Amino acid sequence: MIYQDSETLLEVCGLRANVNNIEILKGIDLVVRSGEVHAIMGTNGSGKSTLAKVLAGHVAYEITSGTVFFKGKNLLNLAPEDRAREGVFLGFQYPIEIPGVANNQFLRLIYNTMRIQHGKDELDPLEFDDFVREKMRLLEINPDFLDRSVNEGFSGGEKKRNEILQMALLSPKLAILDETDSGLDIDALRVVAQGINQLTNRDNATILVTHYQRLLNHIVPDYVHVMDSGRIIRTGDKELALELEAHGYDWIGTEHRAILGT
Amino acid sequence: MSAVLKNLINQPYKHGFVTEIESDIAPKGLNEDTIRLISTKKNEPEWLLEFRLKAYQQWLKMTEPTWPNVKYPKIDFQAISYYAAPKQKPKLKSMDEVDPELLRTFEKLGVPMHERAVLAGVAVDVIFDSVSVATTYKHKLAEVGIIFGSFSEAVQEHPELVKKYLGTVVPVGDNYYAALNSAVFTDGSFCFIPKGVKCPMDLSTYFRINTQESGQFERTLIIAEEGASVSYLEGCTAPKFDTNQLHAAVVELIALDNADIKYSTVQNWYAGDENGIGGIYNFVTKRGLAKGINSRISWTQVETGSAITWKYPSCVLQGENSVGEFYSVAVTNNYQQADTGTKMVHIGKNTRSTIVSKGISAGHSNNSYRGLVRIAPTATGAHNYSQCDSMLIGNQCSASTFPYIQVLNNGAKVEHEASTSKIGEEQLFYFAQRGINNEEAVSMIINGFCKDVFQQLPMEFAVEATQLLGFKLEGSVG
Repeated sequence: MIYQDSETLLEVCGLRANVNNIEILKGIDLVVRSGEVHAIMGTNGSGKSTLAKVLAGHVAYEITSGTVFFKGKNLLNLAPEDRAREGVFLGFQYPIEIPGVANNQFLRLIYNTMRIQHGKDELDPLEFDDFVREKMRLLEINPDFLDRSVNEGFSGGEKKRNEILQMALLSPKLAILDETDSGLDIDALRVVAQGINQLTNRDNATILVTHYQRLLNHIVPDYVHVMDSGRIIRTGDKELALELEAHGYDWIGTEHRAILGT
Repeated sequence: MSAVLKNLINQPYKHGFVTEIESDIAPKGLNEDTIRLISTKKNEPEWLLEFRLKAYQQWLKMTEPTWPNVKYPKIDFQAISYYAAPKQKPKLKSMDEVDPELLRTFEKLGVPMHERAVLAGVAVDVIFDSVSVATTYKHKLAEVGIIFGSFSEAVQEHPELVKKYLGTVVPVGDNYYAALNSAVFTDGSFCFIPKGVKCPMDLSTYFRINTQESGQFERTLIIAEEGASVSYLEGCTAPKFDTNQLHAAVVELIALDNADIKYSTVQNWYAGDENGIGGIYNFVTKRGLAKGINSRISWTQVETGSAITWKYPSCVLQGENSVGEFYSVAVTNNYQQADTGTKMVHIGKNTRSTIVSKGISAGHSNNSYRGLVRIAPTATGAHNYSQCDSMLIGNQCSASTFPYIQVLNNGAKVEHEASTSKIGEEQLFYFAQRGINNEEAVSMIINGFCKDVFQQLPMEFAVEATQLLGFKLEGSVG
């Protein structure tokens, strides 16, 4: 939802980034205010997942120019764990499996780390158990999640739900959800989308990185950005996503190149 | 690999200090005179000297094994001193009488003796450079008929038991290093649990190599009679030296009918520096004989130290329905090399064995699992399950698995599973994105990986092992 007087959470200006000396992001400008939901769409290889990882601080990417401010702080100066503690959350496209580590142990560690960050006491295992079970009930997640190893042997849908559960525990200021809809069947998509909708409010913001319109049937974006070859080539409202669905990415790419005269 | 990961993997050895205690060292070199000297110093009976000399004669005819997947310069066995005993006041009756310098050493190791011994209820038989200097809880154990103390004492006080069992599981000519040990061993532990007795506490020995260039040749013998059971803990650290130190121990376990022996090791000997200079050569023969029906031998080891590890705690499952277990975590870092695993030899009917091996390699290290499962023609109904998992940290280390399986009975079942995984930037990034720093992340990944083994360790040991891996790979990996 767009609010008149909301604070600016994220401000990306002229951001360029390389991986293995190949430029992937070629000058990104983006402003996200609290309360807003942004969708970043584009074909495979357009740079949208790279943008998500660069914002979270993945070490494989080299920033060559530009600035990123988050809540007024220079995000690029912070280590990935510090960005997370400041409230940047990345929902992974391919969550990592951690054999032998019980999910509830992992969830408790990340939750308590965040509590310490906010100057609160840690929850002991029993308190945490009550807390996490309530969150899971709201997100329609099977309680057996807690006893299984983190993401190990999880189906695609279960992994994505586990990401949303972590998001629910950490209550991030800015959630960047990378292809959260990929690999989900219709029912799982509905549940995951409902979970995200429950978590969005006036004080936080969400960036949905997605290839398809279908997630946007469940989560209505305030802004839709289309990326192509490392740039945002068009920004619009939710109607833009529908146009894309109808005409395909080629249509907008052609139009964009026509404007640039190439 | 990122600089962060590198830093994490390269934490210096924390137990590298030398305790200044006067040592009584034999001249370097090995010949019959050296062996006679050791035997005389220890006031041994004639049969034991003969045992040693027989082993020495066998050793002379043998050659060093070259099949392990490890590389090191040839050892000059004539440049080693085969006997070093700390100069001590004659006999110690309590911990208070122990050399305070020695006690300080244990404190530096973070193993407060009193705490371990009293709070944890563990009887500690301290081995310090080959000679026992203190034994606790001995009398309490004696009340239920358990004999627990140094090998030398056992030779003096219970020669008939030592004579009956010594060399029955690992014969003098078993292998090169076992033969060497049989010729020159100086001390070790002896444990005898009589018929029907369940040992009321975990028995523990702390080994420590202290004198530079003195080979350590420990000899351990544990016997559980019919229906007896015991849990034995062995933990080790050593100070930091530049020259390699040879350690060639022999451990023999014997379980009679319905007896149960659980042997746990946490090993953190000096592994050499980050360039691979120095470190202990750990060439050990450990073998248990599950002799009686329904007997059980269980090995659990957490190997984190030594420049080279060559070690295969094994079970010979002779009794019907006997059980053998091997749970292992082997960590190598920098230039460490480990070739470790187990042998499960099934002889009796319906014998069962389980092997769970977890190898973790970091730095430039090389970590190999080598295991033999042999089902003899007599072992109808035998069953083995083996699981060998390797984890790599960084790009310059290696892991290998060498499973040997010989099944000579059609009524047996043998299962083997293996996997290799890697801690890389993607895992660490996932944790970081949740606010968890690299050290904590690695520690959690490693402990998850090792869980199946750690849960086999006695409680206090499990905590110690978790911390040890923490700082080993923490400075090591996390």
